[in-house]
Amino acid sequence: MDLLNQIFIAPFVDMVAAPDFLLQVLWEGLVSGVLYALIALGFVLIYRSSRIFNFAQGIMVVFAALTLVGLHAMGIPAWISVILTLGVMFVLAVSIERIVLRPLVGQPDIILFMATIGITLFLIGLGEIIFGGENKQMISAELGIPTGDTVLEPWGGLLILQHLDITVVGVAVVLVGALLAFLNYTQMGRAIRALGDDHQAALSVGISLQTIWVLVWFIAGIIALVTGIAWGARAGVSFALEVIAYKALPVLMLGGLESITGAIIGGLMIGLSEKLFEIYWGQPILGGNTETWFAFVLALIVLLFRPQGLFGERIIERV
Amino acid sequence: MLYRTAGQYKTSYEADQALFPVRQDAVLLGIILLFVWVIFPLTASEFTFQTLLIPILIYSLAALGLNILTGYAGQLSLGTAAFMGVGAYACYKMITIMPWMNPIVAILLSGFFSAGVGVMFGIPSLRIKGFYLAIATLAAQFFLVWLFEKWAWLYNYNASGAIQVPNLDIFGLYVSGPQADSIVQYYVVLFIVSLLTWLCINLTRGTLGRTWKATRDMDIAAELIGINLMRSKLTAFAISSYVVGVAGALFVFMWRGAAEPNLFDIPLSFRILFIAIIGGLGSIMGNYLGAILIVGLPVVLNLLPETLGIPISSSMVEHLNIMIVGSLIVFFLIVEPHGLAQLWRLLREKLILWPFPY
Repeated sequence: MDLLNQIFIAPFVDMVAAPDFLLQVLWEGLVSGVLYALIALGFVLIYRSSRIFNFAQGIMVVFAALTLVGLHAMGIPAWISVILTLGVMFVLAVSIERIVLRPLVGQPDIILFMATIGITLFLIGLGEIIFGGENKQMISAELGIPTGDTVLEPWGGLLILQHLDITVVGVAVVLVGALLAFLNYTQMGRAIRALGDDHQAALSVGISLQTIWVLVWFIAGIIALVTGIAWGARAGVSFALEVIAYKALPVLMLGGLESITGAIIGGLMIGLSEKLFEIYWGQPILGGNTETWFAFVLALIVLLFRPQGLFGERIIERV
Repeated sequence: MLYRTAGQYKTSYEADQALFPVRQDAVLLGIILLFVWVIFPLTASEFTFQTLLIPILIYSLAALGLNILTGYAGQLSLGTAAFMGVGAYACYKMITIMPWMNPIVAILLSGFFSAGVGVMFGIPSLRIKGFYLAIATLAAQFFLVWLFEKWAWLYNYNASGAIQVPNLDIFGLYVSGPQADSIVQYYVVLFIVSLLTWLCINLTRGTLGRTWKATRDMDIAAELIGINLMRSKLTAFAISSYVVGVAGALFVFMWRGAAEPNLFDIPLSFRILFIAIIGGLGSIMGNYLGAILIVGLPVVLNLLPETLGIPISSSMVEHLNIMIVGSLIVFFLIVEPHGLAQLWRLLREKLILWPFPY
């Protein structure tokens, strides 16, 4: 009875009793949700255009952040380091396409998936050798990311909005908007979508597979850099950042592997719900730290009803 | 010349379908068995036991379990390490509740617990396929590791949150814990691994194995010819998790001696997936070849700079190790996506004709 009370009544009583705290929780969920959505977008673009489930996305985030911090530590001004890091991500995209993906064209999905795990290991080793494994400070001040906070008082309560988080949400929204515009209104973007719809048809109208692959990996690199900066400014830059990529996986399940809309909505849903669950159910009943698995279980339950995710392509199977 | 199949006539269907239709294969297996059962234990040092022989066997067994699920039944799983954890914790609980229990029996029984958990997490596979299923198995991975951490009953409420293997004996001979001899542990591991390998070879050749293969190749077609998909997929999950669970129990009881929840985290899952894929999906022998490569390579790489006299720090070696393993994985996937087992098959075809290819 007590347990039922704790599950079905107490959390809602808490929510109504302290609406400002609820808003705070929702805001934090929103911030992480936006970042999840961003990373999931990187996954979706690569998956749509090459059917590769890119497990290296997480390590790309770490690698981009480490490169940025490392370059700045060498005495290069912050914004030039950003541009140089983008250059590094481009070189990375080209070399992955050349060395790994091109020889593996046409292999089964699982082989390509394993290859991206191979890339992950390689980048972990390389990053450790070049930059070292210790936790580093993100150069947020040099990049002009504000650090203060705004305190609002809704209903006489307290709501703290970190300026960092506001910036992150703003940048992420702009980036997602720019990506959508790029995909919908430019020739390159249309080529990416065409490739996602039908490989052979796209090839037959003269779309170059290689160029598009480099392009989507480079876009994934840009996304990795932005997430790296955003996440690194909150938690420091270390290899632990890789975990954020695992968080994007349930987003993909929930939204559907091919769907751009799905990635955005799924990201926000997961960000909000895992935060709510952790605060109101996870900590009081289950001893906390439920964020590691809650998103996966939620996505699993959704998949039981819609096996292709909320917005994924309907899977039609023929014999 | 050495590997000539000419003159080995088969007069019955049974003989043709036998495990070793070619005599040389049986001889080769005999030689390998002689080495692992007699020569290695006689010659190996403590270091070799602990860094090569025992871990290679245990990792092979775990990869074998995964291979049944992924290679034979076609269900990609990323939660192997968590199922190993279930086996290890189940074994630990059984030993602490019933200290009189024979440790080998306890290890073999602990697999049943992970089989149960495996079936539970296998139920979504009836509706979810491909990468969606792979991510779904990650749910098992993260949830179970979290459970190992939070459910204090599992580790007997001790303060460290880790499980410590006690001294256990069979008829006065210590088989696990700090007092056990490596050679005894090696024989226990070898016995269990041989037993389960023998079982799995026969399972995959029988009705069940063919059902799995049909499910893997195209599940709708398999359903149309009358295969019960639910039974096929769930048995694959059950048997795979059983083998993986036993491997997990061996992993902790016969090798590590102690375990924290994060030992069963996702890198271990990937390690086993590498072994299965580099060895060859859908091959029993591949698991052993893959384990030798993945477990043996870092050991060799660690020793290499020292023997060559290159001054290099140990952390540097470790990072280089990760890099080399990563690039080797990519290299092997490019050169031979079907794994080391396929290389052996090709080699065998060449050997049959050698030295007169025409």
